[in-house]
Amino acid sequence: MSDSNFNSVNLNDKTMKTFAWRMGGPQGGGIDRGALLFARVCAKVGLNVLGRREYHSNIIGRHSYSDVRIGTEAVYAHSASPHLLVCLDAETICRHINVIAPHGCIVYDESDADTELSQLKLLDECLKIHLCDQLQQAGQSFNTAGLLSIASEKVITPVGIPFKALCNRLRDKFDISRSTAERSQNVLAVAISAALLGLPQDLLCNEVEQIFHDKQAVIAANQHAIKIAYDCVQTLKISLPLQLAQLGTEDQERLWINGIQSVALGKLAAGLGMQTYYPISPATDESVYLESHSKFALDNGEDTGPVVLQTEDELAAITMACGGALTGARVATSTSGPGFSLMVEGLGWAGMNEVPIVVSLYQRGGPSTGMPTRTEQGDLQFAIHAGHGEFPRIVIASGDVEECFYDSFRAFNYAERYQLPVIHMLDKNLASTTQTLCRFDTENLRIERGKLFSHEGDDGERQHRFHLTETGISPRLILGKYGQAHWTTGVEHSEWGRVSEDPVIRARMMEKRAQKLKQAAKEIPYTEKLMIFGDKNAALTVISWGSNKGVLVEAAQLLCNQAIAVRIVMVRLLWPFPIAELEQFRKSANPLVVLECNQSGQLNQLLMGNLGRSADHLVLKYNGRPHTLEEVTDSLRRIYTGKAEHTIIHQNIYE
Amino acid sequence: MDSNDYAADVVNDWCAGCGDFGILRALEKALAALQLPLHQVAVFGGIGCSGKTPYYLNTNGIHTLHGRVLPFASGAKLANPELTVIAIGGDGDGLAIGAGHFANAGRRNLDITYLLFNNGVYGLTKGQAAPTLRQGEQTKAMPRENILSHLNPIMLALTSGFTWISRGYAYNIKQLQSLIEGAIAHKGSSFLEVLQPCPTYNDLNDKQWYAGTGVTGLSRLYSLQEDDYESCVPEGANKSQQEQKIAQCVIKAQEWGQRIPLGVFYQNPHREEMTVKINQQQNTYQVFPPAKQPLLDKDNRVAIDWQGLCRELVL
Repeated sequence: MSDSNFNSVNLNDKTMKTFAWRMGGPQGGGIDRGALLFARVCAKVGLNVLGRREYHSNIIGRHSYSDVRIGTEAVYAHSASPHLLVCLDAETICRHINVIAPHGCIVYDESDADTELSQLKLLDECLKIHLCDQLQQAGQSFNTAGLLSIASEKVITPVGIPFKALCNRLRDKFDISRSTAERSQNVLAVAISAALLGLPQDLLCNEVEQIFHDKQAVIAANQHAIKIAYDCVQTLKISLPLQLAQLGTEDQERLWINGIQSVALGKLAAGLGMQTYYPISPATDESVYLESHSKFALDNGEDTGPVVLQTEDELAAITMACGGALTGARVATSTSGPGFSLMVEGLGWAGMNEVPIVVSLYQRGGPSTGMPTRTEQGDLQFAIHAGHGEFPRIVIASGDVEECFYDSFRAFNYAERYQLPVIHMLDKNLASTTQTLCRFDTENLRIERGKLFSHEGDDGERQHRFHLTETGISPRLILGKYGQAHWTTGVEHSEWGRVSEDPVIRARMMEKRAQKLKQAAKEIPYTEKLMIFGDKNAALTVISWGSNKGVLVEAAQLLCNQAIAVRIVMVRLLWPFPIAELEQFRKSANPLVVLECNQSGQLNQLLMGNLGRSADHLVLKYNGRPHTLEEVTDSLRRIYTGKAEHTIIHQNIYE
Repeated sequence: MDSNDYAADVVNDWCAGCGDFGILRALEKALAALQLPLHQVAVFGGIGCSGKTPYYLNTNGIHTLHGRVLPFASGAKLANPELTVIAIGGDGDGLAIGAGHFANAGRRNLDITYLLFNNGVYGLTKGQAAPTLRQGEQTKAMPRENILSHLNPIMLALTSGFTWISRGYAYNIKQLQSLIEGAIAHKGSSFLEVLQPCPTYNDLNDKQWYAGTGVTGLSRLYSLQEDDYESCVPEGANKSQQEQKIAQCVIKAQEWGQRIPLGVFYQNPHREEMTVKINQQQNTYQVFPPAKQPLLDKDNRVAIDWQGLCRELVL
């Protein structure tokens, strides 16, 4: 945590423009709900909010945590150093106490304040060894008390809360079992931190109603828990050294939305007719969300909505999607790495038969089963090259929750315009990032169905499915339309869609399919290929892709405030690779930095192969967690001052 | 339209004497008998000799991937339930590489017809053992005896949930035609196994063998329906009546070698078809299946009020 004395903290008046909050505990302990409550309250006082989750591939018991970063200005990235850490168990103290920002605060259960590290069986071994070394050097015993004592030397305010006693007060009031009362511990903990930050109590009570809608008993218990928490903080007479700069009220309508919902909304806006999927983390949530929101009113009062189908595997998911797309429906499937591996043969079929399908690919840590609930950008080269033989596909990547919507919408237009599969690259980081956003601007969004065959002949009259044209795009025939009966096949074929091994036809068809990609490269507008942030004239240039956008944009802002000019180039269209548009950076980037969330620098390989220019500095991370604001800011600063090595690998034992 | 209107005017490259010819002819005749419009029939093929069948028909023909013919076909049917969907594949295609899809197609009970051409070998890769070849058998291109036991397609179809299960023979075109018609007419997943000689690679179960008699002197192939076998689960059947229909199917499915039954083994028209089930949960489906959804309003914008969804996400 090299840069923990961070940016907008102004210790003179102890207020700050951004604030990082973290709550951790055992999975199933209400971390998610608690963080949601905190985030909603912060949004209600007019702040910008960004939330994220880290969790194990486990249902109950293993450690998970949620970060909520709030700001008076837009917040794009998460921080490695919370200003306020809420610990629902002793393990959380161990995992996160060392990264609390100076002058920060730790809220924990008094009964966790003296737990031996050896008792914490789920604590990662490397961290345990690391903490024991630290405690030994500080002359402390190997328990949480020792860690709390080290922390207090770093001007961190410890707030020990008698959670059990508070839960007992809840039991007395409502005559409920101990386990039921303890279920409110998350709300108690959130309310303690909200009280410490001076957030209004009634807002919490309102939001509890929103979150638990019709569960009256739960609402009543939690609202009382909030009262108990606020009373408790008042009695403790603690005031935090760090406070939020200002609290306002929400003055405009905003959404509280995550990457998955954003992708799903984009699909619905695009007229999704059918989505097939096989359950897989972290992609499943999108299909489940669509399945539970699949009824929409038409202008004439009738209802319609997409069919969402759970298939037997990803082979079926993509091939069923292809079958659906042949009938003219807009069809998508959604998956993660291992599922995408299975989809590859279907992808090739779609490429060969020029079928418009959209694949939403939520990357996670690979290879093999890898890390189902952790993030990575390890599938870029795979997505671009997936499949045997050579066929065109379009690969796009979203940078943040907002882009997820527009890209998801646009993917269908690309697919139908160029009659090919579109892979929309996302990752676990985007999937589990939630933020406050204004409503999407749909004014300029248009559904483009591409070139459809219009002539209606006799039923017996057959048409060319793969008619040769200058653009490579054939008028599309629809399965089931009168006069449009046709053949189509994964075997090399003639214009009729009939098997052919004729060397001349083979070459023509290869060229036809390839031509469509050239056409796409020509027609897709610049802003859909690249986006530039930060100082547009800066020499120090970072080229990156996907979910690194937020952290880079915010890091560039911070560095610009410190007179370090940084230019950020986000590549949105990964295939066809925007060679012409990137050309200007080949010479002007000095140094050229490529930042990715993988081990081999896959975008860097693309730059090398297509531009003949590779990174002067590669900034990578492959521990399953996204780059943090501190890591990126620090690395870019070191690169700027010429003190950085060629390859910088971000690693953090506390994530 | 007569059966010739359903035949594509193209060169056919199956081996001379291939059982596929008989099946193709029966298919053309069945489609003609049902007078199905060409544009509304979608014939999907897997990979292998049988998978080429769609090329020889004048309907829509979709040549898919090895083992995946059923999900391709199911996707099209779900998106446009007006289509008559026929999936065709070999025994290797459906019972080895595609076995998972076979089983799950039965679970869905979608109104499609699945023809499995069973010749016991992988023809197009020159004669390896297919999952229906019996243990200890060795066809002429196999270097060694088959050490694996065989899969029983009728039994697999039954346990998977197909609601119309039958078997035909490639050279009994008349019976096969009527079985295909029955399979298409059935509202649900229909399975039709077609025994088919492969004159090039299967020298054990050839045309003479099928046409011959068992040790009892009775002809090897016989029709269940001519034997007064009643395959259909009656309306309002109680549990034991239902079990009896399943049990007799299991027993008949075991017969092989001396006597081989053809005809309908099992049919259950009472289990609801998948699109009906979908519509029960989502009553917009039958009016606006995916292929028929109004996508655009007059400004080429999405026709549905998807913004309604956003309201739920408003803080």
